[in-house]
Amino acid sequence: MDNPANKQTIDRVNKGLSRRYRAERRFRIFGASAILLALSFLVLLFSSIFSTGYKAFQQTFIQIDIFFDPAEFTRENLSTANFPGLIKSSLSVMFPEVTSRGDRKDLYYLISPGASFQLMDVLKENTALIGTTRKIWVPANDDVDMLYKGNIDRTRPESERRINDNQLTWLDKLSAEGRVKKRFNSSFFTSGDSREPELAGIWGATRGSFYTLLITLSLSFPMGVAAAVYLEEFAPKNRWTDIIEVNINNLAAVPSIVYGLLGLAVFINFFGIPRSTPLVGGLVLTMMTLPIIIIASRASLKSVPPSIREAALGIGASKMQMVAHHVLPLALPGMLTGTIIGMAHALGETAPLLMIGMVAFIVDVPHGITDAATVLPVQIFLWSDSPERAFMERTSAAIMVLLAFLFLMNAAAVFLRKRFEIKW
Amino acid sequence: MESFLEVTDTVYLSLHQKDTILPDTKGKTLHKERETVGKPFVENPRMTCREVNVYYGEKRAINDVSIDIAHNEVIAMIGPSGCGKSTFLRCLNRMNDTVEGCRVTGDIRLDGMDIHDKSVDVVPLRARIGMVFQKPNPFPKSIFDNIAYGPKIHGLAQNKSELNEIVETSLHKAGLWNEVKDRLQQPGTGLSGGQQQRLCIARAIAVSPEVILMDEPCSALDPIATAKIEELIAELCEQYSIVIVTHSMQQAARVSQRTAYFHLGDLIEVGRTDRVFTNPSHQLTEDYITGRFG
Ligand SMILES: Nc1ncnc2c1ncn2[C@@H]1O[C@H](COP(=O)(O)OP(=O)(O)OP(=O)(O)O)[C@@H](O)[C@H]1O
Ligand SMILES: [Mg+2]
Repeated sequence: MDNPANKQTIDRVNKGLSRRYRAERRFRIFGASAILLALSFLVLLFSSIFSTGYKAFQQTFIQIDIFFDPAEFTRENLSTANFPGLIKSSLSVMFPEVTSRGDRKDLYYLISPGASFQLMDVLKENTALIGTTRKIWVPANDDVDMLYKGNIDRTRPESERRINDNQLTWLDKLSAEGRVKKRFNSSFFTSGDSREPELAGIWGATRGSFYTLLITLSLSFPMGVAAAVYLEEFAPKNRWTDIIEVNINNLAAVPSIVYGLLGLAVFINFFGIPRSTPLVGGLVLTMMTLPIIIIASRASLKSVPPSIREAALGIGASKMQMVAHHVLPLALPGMLTGTIIGMAHALGETAPLLMIGMVAFIVDVPHGITDAATVLPVQIFLWSDSPERAFMERTSAAIMVLLAFLFLMNAAAVFLRKRFEIKW
Repeated sequence: MESFLEVTDTVYLSLHQKDTILPDTKGKTLHKERETVGKPFVENPRMTCREVNVYYGEKRAINDVSIDIAHNEVIAMIGPSGCGKSTFLRCLNRMNDTVEGCRVTGDIRLDGMDIHDKSVDVVPLRARIGMVFQKPNPFPKSIFDNIAYGPKIHGLAQNKSELNEIVETSLHKAGLWNEVKDRLQQPGTGLSGGQQQRLCIARAIAVSPEVILMDEPCSALDPIATAKIEELIAELCEQYSIVIVTHSMQQAARVSQRTAYFHLGDLIEVGRTDRVFTNPSHQLTEDYITGRFG
């Protein structure tokens, strides 16, 4: 330390030190603020979706007194009997003062058109009800629902709201009798799409998504892994494999709508696979996720240390045994993660499915891969396009369901990675 | 330290008992460009290599190397870094086949069988010529499975008890049995570095090879673990031929009966270890041994 040159160097280093620390601090602040910004966007997104979406999980119901007249309803004619008329007559009995044609129409409007199907189901389940009078909760129309959820302002002039003064009086009377109630909206989770918001549910779209992803997974995972293993472990490294590699990377970057057009041309027009079905949707999404899975699988194969390969070959394992016994088990967690991320991608994909007709309005819940179906993101798209106010909250609710599935899938990816990761 | 002395003693004794190694002569080799001095050939060899050349793409990494490997001997390969020791070693069990762009020419025989012959399958060949690598590379499986893997894929055990026996004898031979007998089901990667390397040796032994190739097996180990491996090598040469690449000349002197010195892809000198280290015939060998370069 006595050496003056030495001391000079140390001084110089110390001078530069504070500048270096400043740079580091600056960088940290940038990083932290970037994360903060991203988080605040996320919070904004979630809070806006949740604040509108949670209401869709409740639905307003109205209790009406129903007399199942044995003259009209018998065990035999339940499927053809006039249930809409039953509701109308019941309402007329409850509101005898409503006589004019227009007023009656307004009165009937309060109850959802789906209520008659509900009554049919009730009666089919329990034919003993014929001949009795029952108090039955039926879903209210979406505008009534909106009123009770505070989305229709009573104080506005009558002409500017979708519930008129008469209807308000009737509803107030029903409320006073305790005949209006908000209940858990189970039909949102059990029914297919509908023109009536209060009847529309996501079960159809969920099943559609499930079948579509099933096809996608069962095709793209084995194909992707096989392609990756071949390219990484068996293929000679030459110009051809280079070209293939570049093109796989290109495919991963192709806009998804292009896959939709390709699917339309190839699967529907050429092979004649029925349109709007999970089968054709799954095929299109397979084309889309395949490159993602191949790239992820190759990366995780590359990360398996070569010493393991040498060890296996060194005691006389064949190449196939080396791959199957040693390399694949080590690469599998990475492959699964990549696959699940690809699947999550496919679950959220809309554009290519529009091209192959999965955007059709489909009421029936699909029961197989060849039934016409739609998927969750397309359902969201359809609902967000509908003019009814009540569809808005259903859009948000459907987004919540979709996000829940995505979170589940990502959690599964993390779990699988942790579970199958082999510690050194 | 006591065991250390023991090691050197055993080696010293066995060195004088070996009679398969011929006395040094100034006999010529088949070498074309640079002659190998010393005595690269033996009577009744286990492996013979004649005019072996190895190319990485255009680059030639091994030039016309001819050498024999005797039965039950330890032959050490020394030489400066990058001179092709590992490359040559990997020719012997055709591990170079797996290296992209690597080409091997020349004639290599195991017990008279040309290992490059079309009728020879590399899979059983690698079972007959085992390999231990520089860095211990146990499979990320249990200790038992590490050893049992080779016998399993080659179908060496008829049933479970035979397999258990193979595992136990291999671990005994590798001097690891007492240390791991209570934890056979624990991962092999959880052992210490030296234990892992002995596990790898046990794994190679388990398929009953004839030759064991070792590429700097002790370079990642501390002196105590190294002494254990050296002791093991001295014992193993009773049954196997061992080719060991090492950077430590002391190690070569301690464990081997013959030493081969490589320089820039050429085999410069081969001879009895004591002779090569005390009285090298080639200038390059002398320079390397006396530490003038390398
Ligand atoms: N896969 C490869 N591709 C191209 N060249 C290689 C490859 N492996 C080795 N070489 C070259 O071949 C020559 C011999 O390498 P090798 O690994 O056999 O040396 P070595 O004697 O084992 O060295 P060290 O003592 O450092 O391990 C070196 O010049 C090296 O650069
Ligand atoms: Mg080497």
